Amino acid sequence: MAKDYYKPEDLKKFGTIGNYQKPLADKFFAWYGEVFKEGALTEKEKDLIALAVAHVVQCPYCIDAYTTNCVKNGYSEAQMMEAVHVGAAIKGGAVLAHSVQMMNKNEEISF
Amino acid sequence: MIAYNKAKEEAEALRQLQVLELVTTKSTNVPYFKDKLKEHNISSLKPVGLDVFQVNVGKMCNQTCRHCHVNAGPDRQEIMTKETMQLCLNAIQKFNIPIVDLTGGAPELNPHFRWFVKACHALGKRIIVRCNLTILLEADEHNDLPDFFAENGVEVVSSLPFYDATRTDKVRGKGVFETSIKALKMLNARGYGKPDSGLLLDLVYNPAGAFLPASQTMLETEFKEHLWSEHGIVFNKLFALTNLPVSRFLNYLVNTDNYVSYMEELVNAFNPLAAENVMCRNMISVSWDGYLFDCDFNQMLNMKVAADERNHVANFDLDYLLKREVKVSQHCYGCTAGAGSSCGGEIVLL
Repeated sequence: MAKDYYKPEDLKKFGTIGNYQKPLADKFFAWYGEVFKEGALTEKEKDLIALAVAHVVQCPYCIDAYTTNCVKNGYSEAQMMEAVHVGAAIKGGAVLAHSVQMMNKNEEISF
Repeated sequence: MIAYNKAKEEAEALRQLQVLELVTTKSTNVPYFKDKLKEHNISSLKPVGLDVFQVNVGKMCNQTCRHCHVNAGPDRQEIMTKETMQLCLNAIQKFNIPIVDLTGGAPELNPHFRWFVKACHALGKRIIVRCNLTILLEADEHNDLPDFFAENGVEVVSSLPFYDATRTDKVRGKGVFETSIKALKMLNARGYGKPDSGLLLDLVYNPAGAFLPASQTMLETEFKEHLWSEHGIVFNKLFALTNLPVSRFLNYLVNTDNYVSYMEELVNAFNPLAAENVMCRNMISVSWDGYLFDCDFNQMLNMKVAADERNHVANFDLDYLLKREVKVSQHCYGCTAGAGSSCGGEIVLL
């Protein structure tokens, strides 16, 4: 068993996922590259979205990568933290919204 | 004041070069810069001409920026003498070099600065002054610098790390942003940066940490929007510069454990087109004591253009300089990363 997870140097090895399944990896990287190109949204806007999502999915590699991109692209500390709060609020809201299901079930099975 | 100690300065330059060399043993992803050039069929960097005569008139500065490759500050005593300035003028005139680029430290703190600028103007040269902005408000005697610059046709190029106080002050010191804004307003009031005034005011952005600059075009747009809407300030162009691993910035990288990853980032972003167009192929850099270098960074690393007397402005030999091979080391990756970096910002369009 591995002694530790999430080694920073592994981020640089991301490209090697193709070693085990190249056709799918090629498709993924091509799609990923297209997604982050300027389109209806700017590359800069996409970096801030990616930062928020990186926190929601709790990917340390993505947090490192998109924090760097956001700082490089001129986002302030306050803007980056607000983006994380947006992600956290959606995640927290999603948890709480599920409580309706809990309440429904409770009503269903209780006197 | 800290007394100038030549041996100590040379030892420090040698130490930095050793640290730069050492990175090749710390990471297999950082080859020697020379080898990287060869990989792209560039055997060496040779001059294509000599249009820019950059003079570092002294290391004294009223600021102590965290990224400063000159290690400049209020205590530095290295100041170019009038005699050395005259030697510079002789070379500029004799070889009809069109652009004179004055840097420091804060060049305005050299007591012969105004005399030198006037002399260059009298020779009809294009003059660039790398002004740190806050010097305009440092003392009453500097308040008329916008007029002086305008009267002598000086192009003002000023560092402003960011368009807000938080990031600017982190790099340049507390209160620097506010003073810089006042100075920019003084320059604007004299016509600098205004359309059709003929008075050029360019800004220089450099990253506030261990990362590469974003696109120059994007940054210029944002700087223009923010400075205009929040402060009513205008300027002409923005140059995005990469921080080179030299002096204070090199120490910062090492002390924060960012050194190897930053060098790897520079290598990953190596652009052969930028390498072919680096600024050192068309300039010469003169130190406060008259020695000649390929650029201001080589100057700080004491990498003179020659080992003999041709390395001094007193023996300025244009034929030799045009045939020389530019001295390189690992810090040169800073000028070849991405869109490249020079004293005039990005080198190539990506």
